[in-house]
Amino acid sequence: MSAVTIRVELPAHLRTLAGVSGELVLEVAAPATQRALLDALEMKFPMLRGTIRDQVTQERRAFLRFFACEEDLSFQGLDALLPEPVLHGKETFLVVGAVAGGLG
Amino acid sequence: MSSVRVLVGTKKGAFVLTSDGKRRHWTVNGPHFAGWEMYHLKGSPVDPNRIYASQSSSWFGQVVQRSNDGGKSWEAVGNNFAYDGVPGTHQWYDGTPHPWEFKRVWHFEPSLTDPDTVYAGIEDAALFRSVDGGKNWEELSGLRKHGSGPHWQPGAGGMCLHTIVLDPSNAKRMVIAISSAGAFRTDDGGETWKPINHGLRSAHIPDPDAEVGHCVHHIAAHPSRPETLFMQKHWDVMRSDDAGDSWTEVSGNLPTDFGFCIDVHAHEPETIYVVPIKSDSEHFPLEGKLQVFRSRSGGNEWEPMIKGLPQSDCYVNVLRDAMAVDSLDECGVYFGTTGGQVYCSPDGGESWEPIVRDLPAVLSVEVQTLP
Repeated sequence: MSAVTIRVELPAHLRTLAGVSGELVLEVAAPATQRALLDALEMKFPMLRGTIRDQVTQERRAFLRFFACEEDLSFQGLDALLPEPVLHGKETFLVVGAVAGGLG
Repeated sequence: MSSVRVLVGTKKGAFVLTSDGKRRHWTVNGPHFAGWEMYHLKGSPVDPNRIYASQSSSWFGQVVQRSNDGGKSWEAVGNNFAYDGVPGTHQWYDGTPHPWEFKRVWHFEPSLTDPDTVYAGIEDAALFRSVDGGKNWEELSGLRKHGSGPHWQPGAGGMCLHTIVLDPSNAKRMVIAISSAGAFRTDDGGETWKPINHGLRSAHIPDPDAEVGHCVHHIAAHPSRPETLFMQKHWDVMRSDDAGDSWTEVSGNLPTDFGFCIDVHAHEPETIYVVPIKSDSEHFPLEGKLQVFRSRSGGNEWEPMIKGLPQSDCYVNVLRDAMAVDSLDECGVYFGTTGGQVYCSPDGGESWEPIVRDLPAVLSVEVQTLP
């Protein structure tokens, strides 16, 4: 299978860090898993390394979630295939920061 | 005419404050990295345009920023702080083993001779070095593995390596401090380390005179006398005249000897500054009066320097990395508060003025004296 084009939306702070605005479009190698998507994202925007997943453990950061097609994909594991609508560009893969007021 | 550039890290971004040598009129630039915690920014002594900045958040982890133009523009560099080997465990608050986990960079200390070499003190406590301008980081693991590491415990703010003092006269010597493990020194460029806590006494730990376990808050030294170290411990202000081999208390007549920051006058090696804080459970000045205390005798005899500082209803804190001095002919002293004020004294502490009053909580202040 050839690479697929994936639409990705990042939290505002990561868009600023990457120097982009709006939705991103990424070429993701097959099989198009969460891991392949993150690999492609970090390859294109190396300043994002470590901000979505830990560089050593490769685990998703605790205060981030992955959503698409109105589903929480966060616990499917990095090797889960992306949903069909995402693979066909009909839906966006969302990286979402936890809504938390925190300590100010 | 000389000028100064003050690098301010806050809980919600970084700010660059600039003034000419009179230090009366200031330009405030920022926030840089708005919304992120900026634990520390520091410039290279050999290339003031090279600045390293620690950018972090609970959501997105650690980013390292580098500027090559004095803070006008920035680029993200390497942020992979991987412990050397299997990191093992240290003690958790309750005394149980806890895995070593990288959380953030607390402090950058650029080399005194090479702008591309910089040291990073991190939480959980370890020392890293980059020799390529921050692109790659390597742990100086002799510190964490020297023997006492598994017994280190975090302080209330986490188990952070927050202080790095380089010796201008001896490139192989370095002193670091960890909350709450204590102070350590290397004499061989970071290969081997030893605890240097003899003379520290901490009533709140099981063995008050233990070799490690002391909550050292900050250490400062004058470049001309690197053997003399001044320490603000959790409680107690201390000094050492043998590079940390032994310490004596110099709290003297301070109204309280709890505090976080300490610094040394740029031209008077026996003139030091602290900001006394009421207690470990009440992190604000005594009686609502913000007071810097100055000693011109290397400790023991202290005088309050309060002209221009609020003397009522002031309940801010001044954190460990939030005091600095410039090296103009008349030494300027600076500190930032958790209330968002950054104060400057252009006359060695005699009088103070706020440079800015309403920043986010200030985490760190560093000063560059520019030609």
